[in-house]
Formats: sequence, C-alpha cells, structure tokens
Amino acid sequence: MSQTPLREVNTTLQAAAKAHSNEPHVIVNARGSHAMAVGLDGPLHVTVKGSTGYYCAGMNKEATVTVEGSAGPGVAENMMSGVVTIEGDASQYAGATGHGGLLNIKGNASSRCGISMKGIDIVVHGNIGHMSAFMAQKGNLVVLGDAGDALGDSLYEARLFVRGTVKSLGADCIEKEMRPEHIDLLRDLLERAGADAKPEEFKRYGSARKLYNFNIDHAGEY
Amino acid sequence: MEKTPQTMPRQSWTFSNETNAEIRRAAATGIYDIRGGGAKRRVPHFDDLLFLGASMSRYPLEGYRERCETSVTLGTRFAKKPIELKIPITIAGMSFGSLSANAKEALGRGATMAGTSTTTGDGGMTEEERGHSEKLVYQYLPSRYGMNPDDIRRADAIEVVVGQGAKPGGGGMLLGQKITQRVADMRSLPVGIDQRSACRHPDWTGPDDLEIKILELREITGWEKPIYVKIGGARPYYDTALAVKAGADVVVLDGMQGGTAATQDVFIEHVGQPTLACIRPAVQALQDLGMHREVQLVVSGGIRTGADVAKALALGADAVSIGTAALIALGDNDPKWESEYQKLGTTTGAYDDWHEGRDPAGITTQDPELMKRLDPEMAGRRLRNYLNVLTLECQTLARACGHNHVHNLEPEDLCALTMEAAAMAQVPLAGTNWYPGKPGF
Amino acid sequence: MCGIVGLFLKGDDLRPRLGELLSDMLITMTDRGPDSAGIAIYGDAASDGVKITVQSDDPAAAFEGLDAALSEKIGAPVTVKVVDTHAVVSVPESAKDAAVVALEERGLRIMGAGVAMEIYKEVGLPKDVSERFNLRAMGGSHGIGHTRMATESAVTTMGAHPFSTADDQCLVHNGSLSNHNQMRRKLAKKGVFTRSENDTEVGAAYISSRMADGASLREALEGTLEDLDGFFTFVTGTKNGFGVVRDPIACKPAVMAETDDYVAFASEYRAFADLPGIEKARVWEPEPATVYFWER
Repeated sequence: MSQTPLREVNTTLQAAAKAHSNEPHVIVNARGSHAMAVGLDGPLHVTVKGSTGYYCAGMNKEATVTVEGSAGPGVAENMMSGVVTIEGDASQYAGATGHGGLLNIKGNASSRCGISMKGIDIVVHGNIGHMSAFMAQKGNLVVLGDAGDALGDSLYEARLFVRGTVKSLGADCIEKEMRPEHIDLLRDLLERAGADAKPEEFKRYGSARKLYNFNIDHAGEY
Repeated sequence: MEKTPQTMPRQSWTFSNETNAEIRRAAATGIYDIRGGGAKRRVPHFDDLLFLGASMSRYPLEGYRERCETSVTLGTRFAKKPIELKIPITIAGMSFGSLSANAKEALGRGATMAGTSTTTGDGGMTEEERGHSEKLVYQYLPSRYGMNPDDIRRADAIEVVVGQGAKPGGGGMLLGQKITQRVADMRSLPVGIDQRSACRHPDWTGPDDLEIKILELREITGWEKPIYVKIGGARPYYDTALAVKAGADVVVLDGMQGGTAATQDVFIEHVGQPTLACIRPAVQALQDLGMHREVQLVVSGGIRTGADVAKALALGADAVSIGTAALIALGDNDPKWESEYQKLGTTTGAYDDWHEGRDPAGITTQDPELMKRLDPEMAGRRLRNYLNVLTLECQTLARACGHNHVHNLEPEDLCALTMEAAAMAQVPLAGTNWYPGKPGF
Repeated sequence: MCGIVGLFLKGDDLRPRLGELLSDMLITMTDRGPDSAGIAIYGDAASDGVKITVQSDDPAAAFEGLDAALSEKIGAPVTVKVVDTHAVVSVPESAKDAAVVALEERGLRIMGAGVAMEIYKEVGLPKDVSERFNLRAMGGSHGIGHTRMATESAVTTMGAHPFSTADDQCLVHNGSLSNHNQMRRKLAKKGVFTRSENDTEVGAAYISSRMADGASLREALEGTLEDLDGFFTFVTGTKNGFGVVRDPIACKPAVMAETDDYVAFASEYRAFADLPGIEKARVWEPEPATVYFWER
C-alpha cells in the first residue's frame, strides 16, 4: 500500500474475484489504509499483511480475506458471504449489518461488534466491547472471552453466545436456555473458526421480545 | 322582564378543541401520537414569494417559440457517471414497506416517462422499482435493511441519508401492521413486529468518518456513481459545508415540511426549519467553499407547484425533490375514498395514519386487497402528467423572467410578501429594496 | 470533527525525534481535518521562567523589536524566538501576568503559556502547517497534535486546536459538545472567559477551572463525563502528564499504543504506522467514560 494506489489495489482484486480466479493475493504494508479489499464479488484469497484502517473487506461476497494484523473500524461491514479472518484485534463496528458469511476475530473486538447484524456469523476469540450486537437482527455472535456493557441492546432475533462474563445486558436482552440445537450450532461455529472451546461452556443470550410491539409498561426502555 | 344578556361561549386559543383532544388521547393511551406526512402547521413558504417578471429593464422569452431548458446533471464533482435528468424535479426516497410494491412501481414508471430519477427508501430495492426506473437512487440508511453490494452496483447513484426534514435527529419507525412476510424478509426481521431503526449510522459518526465511508462506497462502485448526502433542515449552513467536506457529489436538503412514513407528531411539528429558510444558508455554504453548482443542491420539503420549483431554483437550488406531492398525484387522500376515510375517523386531505397500513387509496399499505386499488400503469401516467405540469409551470416563470434555462433564475427575480419570508429567503420585501438583516441600512 | 495524535515519551532516547514523529502522525490525519492544524509541544523547561507563545497575522511588523519594547514595558529581561507567524516570548515567572497584558495590548494573540509548553497552530493543511513551523526539528518529552474539520465555529487561527486555558495545560477534542454554550455562560459567571466560539475551548476552560479549584487532572477529566454533554474524545497535556477520556457513548474513534518507550494516541491506527517498535506495541482502544492518565 505504500507503493500502489488504493484504486489500483481494489480494481485488481475486484476483477480477479469476478473472474473466479481463486488465486491468492497479498497486500503488503497495509499501514492502516482504509477500504482495502472492499466489494469483492467472487471466490478469491486475499491476505493483508499489517493493520488495516476502516472498512476492510466491506460488503464481501464469497472471498476469503485474512488480515495478519489488527483491523480498523467496520471490518467486513455488511458482509454477504465468504470468510474474513482477523489475526489481531478488531476496532469498533466489526461485522456491522453483515448479512452472511463468517467473521473470525482471533483477538479482541471493541465496541459495537455485530451492530445491526442481519445474518452474519461472528466468532471473537477474545473479548468484545460495549454496545455489541446493538439492534442485532439475525445471525450468531460467539464470544470466547468477556462482553462489555449493554450487550444485545434492543436485540431482535440474533443469537449471542458468551463464554466469559457479561458486564451488563442491554434493554430487552436476556439469558436463555441452551438447547441441544444451540449446542450443535455452536459446535459447528467453533470448529469452523478453529476455536479451542467447548459449546457447553457458553451461555446463550437473546431477545426478551418485549419491545416487539409497543406496550406502555415498557415505555421506559425505549 | 328582558333576559340578562349572556356572554358568548368562548373557546380558548391556548386550549383549543384540537389541543384538548390530543390531551385526552394522550391520557387514554399513554403513548405519543405517531403519524405520517410532514409538518401541518403553517410556516413561511414559497407562497410568500413572488416573481417580478420582465417588462422594460429585462425582456421575456416567447412562450412556445423560444427554448427554455430544464435539464440538470447531478454528480459532476467526482462521479464518472453523473446523472442526467430532463427536468429539475426528482422523486424523493420512500421505502418499500411504507409504500406498496404497486406504488413503488408507479413512481418508477412516472419518473422514467418524465425523464427523471426515483429513489429507494428504508427497505431495500425491489424488482418492481428497479425494473421500472430508468434512473434509480439507492438510499444508504442507518438501518441498512436489505443493503447489499449487488443493488449498490445496479443503482445509478447512492444517497447517504444523514437526516430528513420531518425528523432531523430521529430514527425510522415502521409499526408491525405493515411488516408482512415480504417486507420482513427484505429487512431480515420477524413478521408483524415494530421496527425501531437507529438515528445514527451503525458504522460511522460525524463528517470525518463519513469521508471514509464515502471512500468505501466509491471503491465498491468503481468511482462511477454520484454520492448524494441527504440532510434534514436543521443547521443548513454547517451541515451543507460538512457534507461537501466529507466528499458529497450532491447535497439533498429536506426542510421541515418534508414527509415521513411514520414518526412522532411532536417531532414532525417541532423540529427543523421551514424549507424556505434552509436554502439560502445552504447556498451560502456552497458559495463560501467555491462549490456552488460544482456540488449540486437538491431541495425538498413541501414542493407542490411549478412556482415552488422555480422559486427554489431561483434561491440557488439545482433541483428539487418531491415525495408527498407525488403520492397525491398517484391518488393519496383522493376525495373518491371519502366514505372510507370517514370510517377511519378522518377525512380527505387529513388522512395521515400511513403507518397503520389501512390506506384506502392502496398506496401506504401492504394489504393485498387495498394494494390492488392502485393500478401502477395508470398511477404512473398521472405522476408523469403532474411532473410535466410542474416543469411547464417552472419554464413559464423562467421565460417570464427572461431566462433560457431554469437554472438562470436568481434571487433578484423575486420579492417577498412578508417580513418573515423576506428574512428567510433574503429577498427584498415587495416594494422595497430591503430585507431584514441586509447590511448597509 | 477531527483527527487527534499524541505522543508521550517515557524515556529520553526519542526526545530529539518527538517533533518528527508527531509531524508524520499529524499529516496522516489530514483527511479527518483539512481546515487547520496545531500542535502543543512540551520541550525543555525554560531555564529563565515562563514561555508565552503568541501569534500575529503580520509577524514581520509585530515581532520586530518586540523583545526590547516588552522588556522596557514590564521591567524584566525578555527573549523572543520567532517561528513563522508565532513567537515564543520568555519572561521571568514573576513578570508573566504583566507580559500577557502587554502582549495583548500590542494586538498579539496568546496561544498559550507555560514552563514547558509551546503551541503552534494555523489555518491550512497539516503538511503546510507542519512545514511553516518546522515542527519536525522540535524535541521534547510529549506533544499533542490536532487536525480540524470545523463544525460550527469559524476556521481561524483562534479556532484551531490545541486550546490552552491555563499554564502548561492544553486540550484537543474530536466530536461535538452539545452544552458548551451553557457551560461557557456558567464559567463566565465564575470569571473564566474563553477567547473563541469553539466548543473545545469551553472543555479546556472547564478542566482548568476545576483544577484551579483544587481538583487533580484526573478529577477534572472525570468531571467532564458528568458536566459536559455530547460526543467527545479529549486528549489533554500538562507539564508532566498526558490524559485521555472518551464520553460514555464513545463512537468517535480512538486508538492507543504503548511500548517501553512511549504511549501514543491517535484517531486512527494509520497514524502509528511509522512509530518505532509499533509492531510489538500493545495496541488498544480506550474504554468509554474511563480516564487514562500517564505522568512522568
């Protein structure tokens, strides 16, 4: 990235993805640049060496993107499919509004991880920050470490699994029973993410569904 | 004995019957009033301005012989493929979900026939809409319902919505009645539940972040598509300047009369500035940055007639956008449904419970039976006709002021009927060369 | 709306390179704030008293013979170091107040004062601002830089960050305060006045006012969480210290890095890319509503 303009990097990657070339590409000297490897539409393997800026792998479809470093805000935002792996930590808004695919964060994720997620699977091997899974609609957020304040505030139908402690739950988010189907789902996700943890160690959190239709007795939570 | 004269029963101005009815409604239900549409109170508007016309010092153009151009190009700053429109009037963003699929199709048909663009809304892009809209602007909203890269790539422009005139600083709302299976699937939500969309975008806050978000959107779309930034009429000078600094190709500025599918009445009536008051500060910001006409300004919120269009352009807008007026052209609030409005406890012209999904005209509903009432082809033609009339009226006024292009209309073509309008539009009070705040007096 | 950078050195090895490192960090944040840029740098303590940094739009005329004129006026020795539009005026501590009055009377703008702190800020791109002051050549123990995208107050030198409202104290901010007008009036009643319409200056004045009342820097920063409304990431400097606080919502970006040699702050990771040893640094994001503080 210290030599090649961003436009050229993305044009090359986007064309290769579209051509289903599936060949490996490496971005070196990432230097925290923004919007790297965005809008990929097809199978392709991209490795980013170094830490990224905002929105790396944004709106990804089918491609496999690995960041060998830490990711800036909004990594894999609105991802549709494919796999995005962060070897280090992820900044705020990781996987925001993602519709599908797997976002695998080996380190910690900061605030608003999985905000407004719409079907994506996110596995965080470390901890997550405050306001994570705010208004999360669909998909699964798995956290091997601890969760910060206001987890799952105004949650819709996304499922949250946390192994460590939860500092506080947000409005309308409650602990729920881990049923066999959840254990199976979690086992599969942990395996795909290469996470060393047992599904039985996790607690499940979900929507109490009290905010689904306006009720005067819950007005204080709006 | 003569009767002692009695005082007339006197209603309070402060506690009017309307006010008291709202107090009783609030006391009975415990929830604020939610409705659709824009501000209903009277605020200074384009009606308070008049064109001067040409006579001796300037010469008018001949009506049917001498051309008066109406075309406008939006997105000339950075986009490789700017949007070329035949008329300076676009269709504002209205969501599938708040509107029926037929209504969205009709908007697409009408706009396309008139040579202009239509806009998606807070619910993603439908096939009906894409298929029938030659030029379609894809809104990028905090909720990101149905947001996906394929639709972004098949849009003609992207409009990042920061706010809207009906509720600057407020989020979206769609109540459960309208969340049918199709709407729910498009939004990744369960059927029949209330939607509370966020007021801030999930993955950026503020113009410094927005600049990076715009970079991402351009990288995904190969720098081809214009990026619009839509703001509510709140602090138009600063907000326009910051949209430009963040990299917008086009600024869409929506005044307080702009409509919404549903929000709190208190928000609609008490937040934001009248459209008339928003234009000059926004134009000033563009001029101060040397960007007037480089970054195009689209103004919306209460545009109804060709005169409104011409006045907005004269104050410095490059185009206007219509929402509520387009719905009325399709058949919203039409007197032919009066008996049904009565059953809903309202009347023609006042029906605003769009969120309840029981629209007799079949526009703001997802009810399959009601939807059938709107024939998209016929409604599309009605919209085309209406857009043509707006354009002809605007041209007529421009010619009368001696202009061969509607963009040559200028503030000096106007006078104001009231002190308020003179101050807000910064055009002289009729019969004077003065407006409040004008320096040098 | 802005970009912030800060660097606090733990030891002396990197001291000569402080300006160079900070300049590079500052320039990286140009996109976040193209309107103006500024830096507060804490150099070697002035052996002969207090340094007052002043600015003039017409420096040639304003600084010509300033030392002699000021010395005569306040009856104390004065040295003047001219740096482009700025000048650092050194006076004995006892003569500082008189010197400030005299400098303002001459129409000079006071950027800040202190035993260690100098402040340089101007309208323009960070690269140009850095060059005109030759920031790269400056050494010191710690420094804070800021690039500004103006929201509501004017793009002027006085509207640029950092803001200093007490000796050796400075503050930079990313975000937008929503109760700064009220707070400005409240502070004015206490006799604390600000020089600009800028919301950040109110934040700076709030902190110095609390400290003048006896609060520690930590307490003053904690007070911002209670008394200031809106969105903010603050980075503040004192003679020996460096502090960071984010509002409880914390949606404006902030990232920190720490090694054995330094603590660094930036709005984006990009600003760290060239810091020595960054690949081995501990990098994290400051928590909301939490005060971080380093002191030497």
